[in-house]
Amino acid sequence: MEISMTVNGERVSREAEPRTLLVHFIRDTLGLKGTHWGCDTSNCGACVVLMDGEPVKSCTVLAAMCDGHEIRTVESLESDGELDSVQQGFHELHALQCGFCTPGMMMTARALLDENPNPSEHEIRTAISGGICRCTGYKNIVGAIQWAAEQEATTRQEA
Amino acid sequence: MQTPAPFEYERATSVDGAIEALGRLGPTARIVAGGHSLLPMMKLRLANPKHLIDINELEELAFIRSEDGEIRIGAMTRHADLLRSELLAEHFPLFADAETVIADPVVRNRGTIGGSLCQADAAEDLSAVCSAAKAQVVIRGADGERVVGMEDFHLGPYMTAVGAGEMLTEVRLPVRPGAGSAHEKVERRAGDWAIAAASAAVWLEGGTIADAGIALSAVGMTTIHLTRAEELLTGKPPSEELFAEAGEIAAADCSPSADGRGPIDYKRHLAGVLTQRALRRSTARALNQEA
Repeated sequence: MEISMTVNGERVSREAEPRTLLVHFIRDTLGLKGTHWGCDTSNCGACVVLMDGEPVKSCTVLAAMCDGHEIRTVESLESDGELDSVQQGFHELHALQCGFCTPGMMMTARALLDENPNPSEHEIRTAISGGICRCTGYKNIVGAIQWAAEQEATTRQEA
Repeated sequence: MQTPAPFEYERATSVDGAIEALGRLGPTARIVAGGHSLLPMMKLRLANPKHLIDINELEELAFIRSEDGEIRIGAMTRHADLLRSELLAEHFPLFADAETVIADPVVRNRGTIGGSLCQADAAEDLSAVCSAAKAQVVIRGADGERVVGMEDFHLGPYMTAVGAGEMLTEVRLPVRPGAGSAHEKVERRAGDWAIAAASAAVWLEGGTIADAGIALSAVGMTTIHLTRAEELLTGKPPSEELFAEAGEIAAADCSPSADGRGPIDYKRHLAGVLTQRALRRSTARALNQEA
């Protein structure tokens, strides 16, 4: 079937089987390998992308369900060589080791900060509770999201 | 790689259209809502529909509103919206109790109340929540609508009163005075299924319990409706002794199995304790005395 959606601001239209999961449509059909395909059971959160601005686990959404919708993947965070503050935060705070959970964590964090620019530590921990990291533990990830929130607050003040 | 077996996909643009499609495609067609139960089952070949009818675009089924003395919830209302609802928080706080511990916030952006109820997994929280709240569900088919009480909804494991060619469209919660409710769950880790969970609601009238609803998750083949405990409470003033007695009934009337989440006696004990806690908190809320 023909599936059309907006991915990272660009309208795409591709032929795919109805059973194609969004994660495979993004990675294999569109070739955007930033989104990671992990547990396949909506437990690990590595595959989180934004659907109409809300984080979803793309291993448990059909690409067909996204026809006409707007998808944002980790590739959209950086623009013109400038990292998103969430990416910068992960860099500054060393919030990744192997990097497998990172795209899901960052997209979840991006959605959180878009909705709640000044989250408490508890709110951050709740927001990322659907993501599993097996390397760093969560302390540095929480720190990175806090760093991004502070950075964005400063930028807003200056503006 | 886990991918569902091939199927045909169509997107419903109205409830009538979805029901028409169910009739046209027959028993190998399934409705898909949020998909967070059905798609994993399809990946494992535990469900093999030949046709999926996607109802995600049906905005007509995404609502929480007050109407005719009831709170009415559309079947496509997502967990995240149930958690955010001030109307539910005011009248049925057990929904927010449950929704903070159902899966995780990302999954809650997709999963729906209608999908959860129709999946009828015995470990699923909302089935117990709706049973305790004495909800009714609206089931629509080609010949019109019928309204079924939660006491008649669960027919067996993963089996509900929703028949061939029918779909669940709405959940109705009668609003009555003196209400208090709570959901108590114990899980191994954030986002996991319950080891056991208890939902309770009480309706107080002049110092006595005029009506009570209690249901358990994850400790039997289906959601357990604790009718015997409800009868025990009705007509009596709330007390710690009474809640303890209801807890003993809960421990006796559930039928858990031993698994990685724990042995049978532990789960029975948990069902009793959680029932007691849920009743205590329900009553405190009904009296506006929650600590």
